[in-house]
Amino acid sequence: MYEGLFFAGFGGQGIILAGKIVCLAAMGEGKHVSHIPSYGAEMRGGTANCSVVVSDDEIASPLVPRPSACIVMNKPSLLKFQSIVQVGGLLLWNESLIDLAPSRTDIETLAVKANEIAEAAGSYKAANMVMLGALLKRKPDIASLEAVIGVLGVAVSVRHRELNDINRKALTGGYERA
Amino acid sequence: MAVTLMKGNEAIGEAAIIAGCRHYFGYPITPQNELPAYMSMRLPKVGGTFLQAESEVAAINMVLGASAAGARVMTSSSSPGVSLKMEGISYLSGAELPAVVVNMMRGGPGLGNIAGAQGDYFQAVKGGGHGDYHCIVLAPNGVQELADLTVKAFDLADQYRIVVIILGDGFIGQMSEPITLPAPSGRVFDKSAWMLSGATGRDPHVIASMRLAPDDALAHLNARLQDKYRVIEKAECMWEKSQADDAEFLLVGFGLSARICRSSVSALRKAGVRAGLFRPITLWPFPSGELARAAAGKKKILVVEMNAGQMVEDVRLSVLSSVPVDFLGTLGGVTPSVDEIVERVRSYAR
Repeated sequence: MYEGLFFAGFGGQGIILAGKIVCLAAMGEGKHVSHIPSYGAEMRGGTANCSVVVSDDEIASPLVPRPSACIVMNKPSLLKFQSIVQVGGLLLWNESLIDLAPSRTDIETLAVKANEIAEAAGSYKAANMVMLGALLKRKPDIASLEAVIGVLGVAVSVRHRELNDINRKALTGGYERA
Repeated sequence: MAVTLMKGNEAIGEAAIIAGCRHYFGYPITPQNELPAYMSMRLPKVGGTFLQAESEVAAINMVLGASAAGARVMTSSSSPGVSLKMEGISYLSGAELPAVVVNMMRGGPGLGNIAGAQGDYFQAVKGGGHGDYHCIVLAPNGVQELADLTVKAFDLADQYRIVVIILGDGFIGQMSEPITLPAPSGRVFDKSAWMLSGATGRDPHVIASMRLAPDDALAHLNARLQDKYRVIEKAECMWEKSQADDAEFLLVGFGLSARICRSSVSALRKAGVRAGLFRPITLWPFPSGELARAAAGKKKILVVEMNAGQMVEDVRLSVLSSVPVDFLGTLGGVTPSVDEIVERVRSYAR
């Protein structure tokens, strides 16, 4: 298997962390992984995205110019990145913050009310986990939901670990609704 | 040893500590800030010194001082900051002091941008500072190699009393990959014959890069430096070949470009085009002889770089007119795509 994943949103939405969690979980299941973050020069906010490769084989280029699955967490990211999803690929979009459906018709799209589902799990901050849960359901070869839940303890920084109960519920919530 | 997911910049830091580096001086700049941040957290725990200097110029001169006193020492920066360090690197070279300097290149010229780029090849490989000197220049292609080559860099620096530059880019520095942390090399270098350790009971050691008397003192120093460089050229070239032996077309790239080239080679092979890759790991000394041998009989060489064409000059000097050399470059922090590389090589085959 080879999946080129792309996560995009604004700084603070946990985009980089979502990619890191995927890497740790897939790595634990014996996959090769790579993670490249990209963000603006701002200390807070600004654009944030990351490219993640999960593969059975050694990864040559870690770049993901045409993702097989893409998560967009806000409207500017949808407008900017829906075009790069490979034909037949998957686009997950955060319906809570995006009032415009994707215009692509040659890809699979899935609207996720990420912020609402996260609120129900305990905090809107876990919207990234909702999207990640949905991704795992649609692309089960990346990593299992259990593996992802299993790495939360090491992936999430110490000062945010008290949110991991909420993260777990948000992951499961996204997974069940996808 | 266990496999851990590490960011490139942090892997350099941990590998430096494994190699016995206990002194780091630097000044922040994106995209390498994770390295000083890591050193500020780790060095105090192993009895070392982390110091954020007031400028890049101050940092490289702190490196000079620590090295003169026999310490294993490192600094790091990104392109504009490395330009500021060039005077100090020339002084270190003239004084034959070992040091490891990391450059996580970003887009230039000027303050440029914060994306990864490879526009500092000339600066690192051809000089940058003044005078006839060389630094050993290592070009890692991922996080594992960043860690492994960092350990090696400290040994090379001490063995030859030379500055070793680890030339990465913002993508390599900020990307995370699973790695196995390297073991210490175990090599020990006796610096007692030259380092400044207090002259009680012995003649003073003098570390200087200025030589005015006798008249030929500087000529003698330079002759010795050149002799040393010839030894390094013979002994320390590193490179990697993949699918190059039966290839009709040879891609040449370093660092991240080489990984994009490797994906391109796979895509080309699937399309029935016999392509291969030659990847210099040392940029100085440049593996000219090995490249010339690998290139013999090929129909064409395509050099891929994230700059306007820098290493391509060394490739041309290596193969001279024996094989035609083409170039594909991207500018300002843009990365080359597998599609454009494949298209270019397929155009040769048509």
